[in-house]
Amino acid sequence: MSTITAYINARLLDPATDTDAMGGLIVEDGVIAEMGANITAPKAAEVIDCGGKCLAPGLIDMRAFVGEPGFDHKETFATAGAAAAAGGITTLISQPQTDPIVDEPALAGFIARRARDTSAVNVKTMAAITKGLGGKEMTEMGLLAEAGAVAFTDGNRSVADAQVMRRALAYAANWDFLIVQYPEDPSLAADGCMNEGELSSRLGLAGIPVAAEVVIIERDLRLTALTGTRYHAAIVSTEDSVAAIRRAKANGVRATCAVAAHHFALNETEIGEYRTFAKTAPPLRSEPDRAAMVEGLADGAIDVIVSDHSPQDQETKRRPFATAEPGIAGLQTMLPLALELVHGGHISLLDLLAKMTINPARLLGLDAGTLAPGAPADLVLIELDVPWRLSESGLKSKSKNTPFDGRPVQGRVVHTVVGGKTVFDLTADHA
Amino acid sequence: MPSPSPLQGPTKGAYKPPLMSASLPSPAAVDQFPHRNLLGIEGLSEAEITYLLERADIYVAQNRKVDKKLSVLRGRTQINLFFEASTRTRTSFELAGKRLGADVINMSVEGSSIKKGETLVDTAMTLNAMRPDVLVVRHPDSGAVALLAQKVDCAVINGGDGSHEHPTQALLDALTILRRKGRLGGLVVAICGDILHSRVARSNIQLLGIMGAQVRVVAPPTLLPPAADRLGVEVHHDMRQGLAGCDIVMMLRLQSERMHGAFVPSLREYFRFYGLDAEKLAAAKPDALVLHPGPMNRGVEIDTDLADDIDRSAIAEQVEMGVAVRMACLETLAARP
Repeated sequence: MSTITAYINARLLDPATDTDAMGGLIVEDGVIAEMGANITAPKAAEVIDCGGKCLAPGLIDMRAFVGEPGFDHKETFATAGAAAAAGGITTLISQPQTDPIVDEPALAGFIARRARDTSAVNVKTMAAITKGLGGKEMTEMGLLAEAGAVAFTDGNRSVADAQVMRRALAYAANWDFLIVQYPEDPSLAADGCMNEGELSSRLGLAGIPVAAEVVIIERDLRLTALTGTRYHAAIVSTEDSVAAIRRAKANGVRATCAVAAHHFALNETEIGEYRTFAKTAPPLRSEPDRAAMVEGLADGAIDVIVSDHSPQDQETKRRPFATAEPGIAGLQTMLPLALELVHGGHISLLDLLAKMTINPARLLGLDAGTLAPGAPADLVLIELDVPWRLSESGLKSKSKNTPFDGRPVQGRVVHTVVGGKTVFDLTADHA
Repeated sequence: MPSPSPLQGPTKGAYKPPLMSASLPSPAAVDQFPHRNLLGIEGLSEAEITYLLERADIYVAQNRKVDKKLSVLRGRTQINLFFEASTRTRTSFELAGKRLGADVINMSVEGSSIKKGETLVDTAMTLNAMRPDVLVVRHPDSGAVALLAQKVDCAVINGGDGSHEHPTQALLDALTILRRKGRLGGLVVAICGDILHSRVARSNIQLLGIMGAQVRVVAPPTLLPPAADRLGVEVHHDMRQGLAGCDIVMMLRLQSERMHGAFVPSLREYFRFYGLDAEKLAAAKPDALVLHPGPMNRGVEIDTDLADDIDRSAIAEQVEMGVAVRMACLETLAARP
């Protein structure tokens, strides 16, 4: 017997079909059967009254580091899955810089099985571009994709050698795979631990110049034009990076990019007196750079918003700034921070949601990210205007490294559904 | 009336070798092949290629006799000058010269004089002073054989220069195909593998194009020259699509140093997507013929059972044709007065 659920009285928000209207959804056996203003729930259906709240496709987070395997003490698929569900994320894309590194088809297969068995949300993995993230020899992309890898990235490292990058792009073009580059020239970044500028000079910390990011992106855009590959900058943080990608898009280069929520929500002054929770990779940048992220999201130069979830245990953050690990546990803060842009009038709600739903789905070739009939019932119900405060104690992640503790925000996830199954319910969570 | 050449367009019925004599160099050789050297296929005409193949075909029969020795090149000196390791090609040229009656000297210059600082041009001038009649030269640099040819007074045959040309290999491939299929014109030929570094591929693309075959290249983008589509071939990245309906599958050797990440991630991934096995070959015509210039990497570019299947694979036959083709080239260039 099939299971039918009707979600009624919802504000349907589906960027893929350009829908923003009151109506409902019928979900049958985990798949969206019907979407519209006047749906009639079958008698057997369980009816959920959404009370006029926003019902959107579940979010897809293209860049989330999960510690499994090798760093289970920081995060597991189970804890990341719980945090993602509470953050409205129904699909997260794990990164290959685990131990061992995801550069082997067998390991990609292991992650798919392990995540399926332990995580509340869908997990797909990116695999490495180069063996051992060594930046020299490319991985078995064809076999890795068959084992489930949805894209290729060296995670938190740049493919620095231009010839290696060119060949990897050319090889990936064979199957139209997406090459995802972490853009930071390692020799320019060297020992830097924050944005290079006045503040780094005052604090006496080694800086990472804007150029470290821009030289890699501009080089890669040239190589991408040469090979015709699909190229995605995993995370951008500078005004010049966004300008370069905007220009390349106008010239027909198949380039896209993502920004992490903290790069449009914070600037470098958050570091204050050496707060390691504000140490990120790439670093928090200047205020004009932060403003450029907002502008890039609004005009379409930036395609995707990511959490850049990087769980770090206390031991790795409670160190002098220069030696502390970078990263923010971002799964639960991505959506509320993104909604600040809507409340601030910078971007429409549908355009914002596209960057966390259909845009990443299309880049990665996922059957998700829309409310259209036939899509899996991955849903998030959002109470758009409710004011609340982010808190460290509310984080379900195994690691609680967030600089957003106490930040007042507006808009909250109240219900998350993966494949028709409720994985998060705010009322139950509070009870 | 001369019988129509089997090389020109489709021929019906079985292939019949032309009526020519192997005992004497053709007095018309200079007219038929008005070149002093054989540096590449590029620049040759259809008629010139046809002439060399017809002469070679005669030598196939000659080489199957008990007494193989001729005196066509008696008194002539042939030097095989190899700047790069080779067993098969050098042996094939040596045998070809000896069967024609020439005095054959092999020189392996791999490292020796080069290490002493002698330049290519110095080596050429030294050898020239020994008054050879024909030089067979292999060199790891593209264009090096042509450079050497400018500095000597005798005929030069290119035994392979860098990634540029290997004309006798293309000729022996053509003769193999011709004897099995009766024609070259109109055939669909898929050349698969490391096109980027292959002189065999470049010579074959030239020759097959001149003879009216339709040529496809099949390789991952990392093993194709950047402007492959401008070489007059169809470019395919998917092996099944590239082999669909083809008459001839030419596999190329993948050098081991290129298999570990720089151009191709691994042997197993390469074999999975670009290795020839029965399943991929099923996309080709049922009577498609498989060629490989050797030496083979079994299980890398070709499945071992397939390589040994004499109904599908002409790999051993190619070696036999090689000696005959080289005899034809030596005769044409070195037997002149």
